[in-house]
Amino acid sequence: MTTVDASLPQPVQRPASDSENYLTHAHGFLSWAFTLDHKRIGVMYLASTLAAFLLGGMLAMLIRTELLTPGQTVMDADTYNNVFTLHGAVLIFLFLIPVIPAALGNFVLPMMLGAKDVAFPRMNLLSYWIYATGAIMLLGVLLTGGLDTGWTFYTPYSTTTNTSVGLAMLAVFVLGFGNIFTGVNFITTIHKLRAPGQTWSKLPLFIWAQYATSVIQILATPVLGITVLLIFVERTMGIGIFDPNLGGDPVLFQHFFWFYSHPAVYIMVLPAMGVISELIATFSRKPIFGYKAIAGSSLAIAIIGFFVWGHHMFTSGQSTLAGTIFSFLTYAVAIPSAIKVFNWVATMYKGSIRLDAPMIYALSFLWLFGIGGLTGLFLGNLGVDLHLHDTYFVVAHFHYVMVGGTLAAFLGGLHFWWPKMFGRMYNEKLARVAALMVFVGFNLTFFVQFIAGTKGMPRRYFNYLPEFTIYHQISSIGAFLTGLAFFVILYYLVVSLIKGRPAPANPWGAASLDWQTTSPPHPHNFTSDPVLIGPYEYSALMWNEEIGGYVLRPEVAARAGHGQEAQA
Amino acid sequence: MNWLSMVAAASGEATDIKGGTFWMPASASTTAPEVDFVFYFIFAISAFFFALIIGLTLLFVIRYRARPGHHEQPSPSHNLALELTWSIIPSILVLVMFWYGFKTFMDQYNPPANAYEVLVTAQKWNWSFEYPNGYIDKDLHVPLGRPVRLVLSSQDVIHSFFVPAFRVKKDVVPGRYNKVWFEATKPGTYTVFCTEYCGTGHSDMLAHVIVHPPEEFEAWLEKAANFLDTLPPAEAGRMLFEQRGCGQCHSLDGSPRVGPSFKGLWGRTEKFTDGSEITADENYIRESIVNPQAKVVAGFEPVMPTYAGRLKDKEITYIIEYIKSLDKEQP
Repeated sequence: MTTVDASLPQPVQRPASDSENYLTHAHGFLSWAFTLDHKRIGVMYLASTLAAFLLGGMLAMLIRTELLTPGQTVMDADTYNNVFTLHGAVLIFLFLIPVIPAALGNFVLPMMLGAKDVAFPRMNLLSYWIYATGAIMLLGVLLTGGLDTGWTFYTPYSTTTNTSVGLAMLAVFVLGFGNIFTGVNFITTIHKLRAPGQTWSKLPLFIWAQYATSVIQILATPVLGITVLLIFVERTMGIGIFDPNLGGDPVLFQHFFWFYSHPAVYIMVLPAMGVISELIATFSRKPIFGYKAIAGSSLAIAIIGFFVWGHHMFTSGQSTLAGTIFSFLTYAVAIPSAIKVFNWVATMYKGSIRLDAPMIYALSFLWLFGIGGLTGLFLGNLGVDLHLHDTYFVVAHFHYVMVGGTLAAFLGGLHFWWPKMFGRMYNEKLARVAALMVFVGFNLTFFVQFIAGTKGMPRRYFNYLPEFTIYHQISSIGAFLTGLAFFVILYYLVVSLIKGRPAPANPWGAASLDWQTTSPPHPHNFTSDPVLIGPYEYSALMWNEEIGGYVLRPEVAARAGHGQEAQA
Repeated sequence: MNWLSMVAAASGEATDIKGGTFWMPASASTTAPEVDFVFYFIFAISAFFFALIIGLTLLFVIRYRARPGHHEQPSPSHNLALELTWSIIPSILVLVMFWYGFKTFMDQYNPPANAYEVLVTAQKWNWSFEYPNGYIDKDLHVPLGRPVRLVLSSQDVIHSFFVPAFRVKKDVVPGRYNKVWFEATKPGTYTVFCTEYCGTGHSDMLAHVIVHPPEEFEAWLEKAANFLDTLPPAEAGRMLFEQRGCGQCHSLDGSPRVGPSFKGLWGRTEKFTDGSEITADENYIRESIVNPQAKVVAGFEPVMPTYAGRLKDKEITYIIEYIKSLDKEQP
């Protein structure tokens, strides 16, 4: 049963009509704070995650400024340790994990299924407020002693430092519940609320990716919660679990931590892959190549991804047998990712490729994720990892995956769905320039870090040998360029809200159902049943000069109209 | 002045990072060429696939770009033979990568039987290396061409022992002994980094590996080990100050680091966190070494580990003599 906020305070009540949309049908703070509309919750998640991104990005700029010279540049070592810890914690827990599922996913997932809302709208709202509470707690460490453990919280450093570790861990514990709720909601929604006739093989691949992600969220996140509880038990009752002084084992913490945090990497990257599938197919005007292989590989990654956590611990002293098995499985998980990339490239074959901003992000994803994924082959290798572990090679690798992959896909998705979300077109020219700036700036920042890493530069270093100066300086210049690009993006997106050209229902010619409703959508998503076409059936659409967007071909619309009558 | 360059100046410049190739630092152990071979093997395969993916992408973008008169053309939406090919070939290639990595790992893991053993202790934020004759140094001196096995232990949090030139790394975990071995193949000075984040001084927790020709190593060790008997007390104290890493936290130039500077310490009146005061004398310095938390100078954190049982009485006396002598050296 899906109800949309009929029972809740709506300061301005107006009769719903076709010109109404979810942004304007109710006004005031309370109409947002207590909304059960998945679209509004998505927009609230979007605003919050973007605020977290701004904060985390600023911290990145501080890191890169400090590292312009060896020794102290603008801050002391303890401040630096706080800055890089918060940079990681904020961007992982408040941005990368929720951004695509909770912001973009919340907004489009029910509409892609032709549904009115998610299965549990109240749980959806609760997940947002849990996220907000967790976010405030995590930022609370800034006022209560800072946090200098690195986002990984390794014991016994984290249990002996005098910074605000307790609050930070509690925040992560709380944030986990928001993720679990989103996961439960999406799985139920995908199972139960698909449009009549929309079988599993007619789901957009974004949905498949969200499904796989939700499975990981539900199965992995509790382990993080349990780990945090164990630390509390140890600190309050003195039961030795991780602390060697009490008879515990610090490496056990690493096992628990990575049992969550490695699958969490896939929580961050699988939805990104889902976005890329939509973008590449749409802007090539071709059905996705190897639909089943892409959908299946999402599930394969989700499952195998649970059994590779030990590759973070090749140097920790875990047994050679364990290391060998983890290395083997790590190579196994590389294959489904490779298959996806080949499928995306093959999708473009014989297409009609338009280089709009979302597609530029999708193409940069192929480049960046390509490098990120391939450098994973070095780190999954037992022999080579002993040299590369905990160096800048690792830093560069996961930034290529997390930022190059997830952030590029998010930006692509944001530009793709922006007209749908807010009913306005942005300045396409500026958007393309900014996309190129992000691409160039990002590569400049992180490619040299691979070289610094193979040369031996360890990560989390406030100070460094003068030999590494050149790599750090190039990296910092790239970071500043990337930072500038984000302000360009912020500028034209804000401008588009004020005076952007009104967006048609389907500006890009995408075939998933979310593009059949108005931009921005009606509060109930659809005022009439959407016409069920294949998610990549671009032949069902035609360009309409008058509207400046794509519409269903008359014969397709008629086919569906017939179906509706039959149903009625 | 940068602390790192001071260390470098004091114990001979390491050239391991600048040396070597575009990607790799100098290669100075028996397993380093093995690691490099696997690295370049994976590199070649990665470069090929990257070029393939990007090349095809660019080709398609140029050839099939949207333009007046161009329309998408039908093509199959799947192709089992093609999909099997691009699943199976990469699978075989990663299996080969795994196998090479496994072989190298086993070589890096199992030391030969006749290895020379050195005990390594890590603590915030320095290393100490104890040789079979009981001598302890802040740097690792090893003979060329002989396998060296290190037994690693930590006094506090997790650290990690990393020598890029040898391509070896092993975490140093409190509560357990981890082992690592290498055999140096080129004389020279190489850098030891701490690669597991350990707090304030993490990035200054460096040491050197000095590889001696085999015939010089024993002579060096004997001479070094006898310094307590052969040098005047203040000089021996200076050696201890350097070897035991006191300088990581206590400067000689008056600048505060993690702990108070030793400059002008002798006879100085120190104020403590509990408000009391004392004028630094032999007994105060001794107490600060064996029970550092008893009196913590105001403005500093109580982070110094105890050296009770780790410095002999005679060594403590010599360190006190050295601190006294610092005062006299001042112009």
